Amino acid sequence: MTLLSLQRSMREYLLRGADEIRAQIHGDASPRLAVYHHAYRAQLIDCLRDTFERVWAWLGDAGFEAAARRHIESHPPHSWTLNDYGDNFDCTLSGLYPDDREVAELAWLDWSLRRTFDGLDATPIPPDALSGIDWDSAILRILPTLRMTSISTNCAAIWTALSEKKAPPAAAHLHAPLALRVWRKDLSSHFRAVDSIEQQALLMACDGASFAAICSVIAATIESAKAPEVAGALLAGWLQDGLIIGVENR
Amino acid sequence: MPATSVASFAGFGLGLRPLHYQDFLRDDVPVDFVEVISENFMVKGGRPLNILAAICDRYPVAMHGVSMSIGSADGIKLDYLLRLKALVDRAQPLWVSDHLCWTGIEGFNSHDLLPLPYTEDAMQVVCTNILLAQDVLERPLLLENPSTYMKFADDEMSEWDFLSEMCRRTGCYLLLDVNNIYVSASNHAFDPLAYLAGVPAERVRQIHLAGHSDNGRGLLIDTHDHPVSDPVWSLYRAACARFRGVATMIERDDDIPPLSELLTELDLARALTAAWRRAA
Repeated sequence: MTLLSLQRSMREYLLRGADEIRAQIHGDASPRLAVYHHAYRAQLIDCLRDTFERVWAWLGDAGFEAAARRHIESHPPHSWTLNDYGDNFDCTLSGLYPDDREVAELAWLDWSLRRTFDGLDATPIPPDALSGIDWDSAILRILPTLRMTSISTNCAAIWTALSEKKAPPAAAHLHAPLALRVWRKDLSSHFRAVDSIEQQALLMACDGASFAAICSVIAATIESAKAPEVAGALLAGWLQDGLIIGVENR
Repeated sequence: MPATSVASFAGFGLGLRPLHYQDFLRDDVPVDFVEVISENFMVKGGRPLNILAAICDRYPVAMHGVSMSIGSADGIKLDYLLRLKALVDRAQPLWVSDHLCWTGIEGFNSHDLLPLPYTEDAMQVVCTNILLAQDVLERPLLLENPSTYMKFADDEMSEWDFLSEMCRRTGCYLLLDVNNIYVSASNHAFDPLAYLAGVPAERVRQIHLAGHSDNGRGLLIDTHDHPVSDPVWSLYRAACARFRGVATMIERDDDIPPLSELLTELDLARALTAAWRRAA
């Protein structure tokens, strides 16, 4: 058997328990293959536990392991790095817990904080760098580690309580839709719940819209007279959180 | 000009693990080098690279990888090598090592160190991959002998003969894991001393020491979750007699104790080496 054929056989054993590899093994194959079968899954479960610590705490040992095993069977790893394993775990959880949206939302938050932690470096601009900007044509350059998603539950409060080893609140649906934004400032990852106006404004900024266009959308969404004040408050918050890494004039 | 050799470095070091980052950065830890897991620092930015820079300022660093998959029949991944080269340029390590194994094929990655058959077919794959890696990294590699739990019916040579021929064909060096030799010798009933005698001493640049476990089904498992065992220390004594000017490092990846305990273990390695030198 060629090396390529042998490696394909071993892959099929690890993924599906296929027997073809057994004939290639010297001696009693079962206990020896079992070591690799176990190690493959155990390492991926450990990886998921490490990345999705709050989901693990929320679901408990048995619930989390069952979900992890389901994910491993449907999502074999492809990346060279274990850091990438866990992408789409929120989708697996969404399928397993369709009526408990907070589970998948906790997973999104765990995952986003981890990815932000070692994401691209970028230096935020200081607040005084905005003086003299032509706001009619200004385009904000946003931190590359920023991530956002819409949420429908109190996942942020649950996550915070779990991380502080406090009793988490019961899962609850939000009265109004919110979004979570996750970003890194200096070397620490952060998250914050934001309303739909800020979510839309930030999405536009990430897509390269001018600040004037963002203000126009805000003005069309809320009472026009309050739009400048709202836009100014958003800009101040983004500056304070270090979300803006540059301003271009186009 | 690319380096064609790896200089001897007879130091004593520890594997750098997150639990001990602050110890290494706060104190002047009595080690001659630290070994970092390359993949932990092959990231885009953030705290890991910040820590690596601070560590490199204070200690000589060796880079040890787990994802090169030097034995994959479908070839080594150029994207991985280029990322590794960028880290090499950043860290300027004593050397770069990985394992004689394969981790995946055709897009699948098990993230486990899977065993190779010791055949001429596998030799050609491994040597082709090593030569490519050495070209990209512009330096010779160190390859570590794996712990294995099965061997193949088609094997044409011993693991030590495979390592020797691999070094001859590629100019690579060896990282000998003495615990892995002991574990594999127990699992496959070969003489670990014959293994030590069979590898080319002049190609060995580093030794790993670690603990292992018994899985209760007749196999020893390389778990890195215990202190180095007495039989492995005995084998290390024999290794000291055979390999000169070689760095020694203790690996611990699970149930990691306080740094002081690992330093005590490292002192034992120092004492054994010194005792052998005096006796010689």
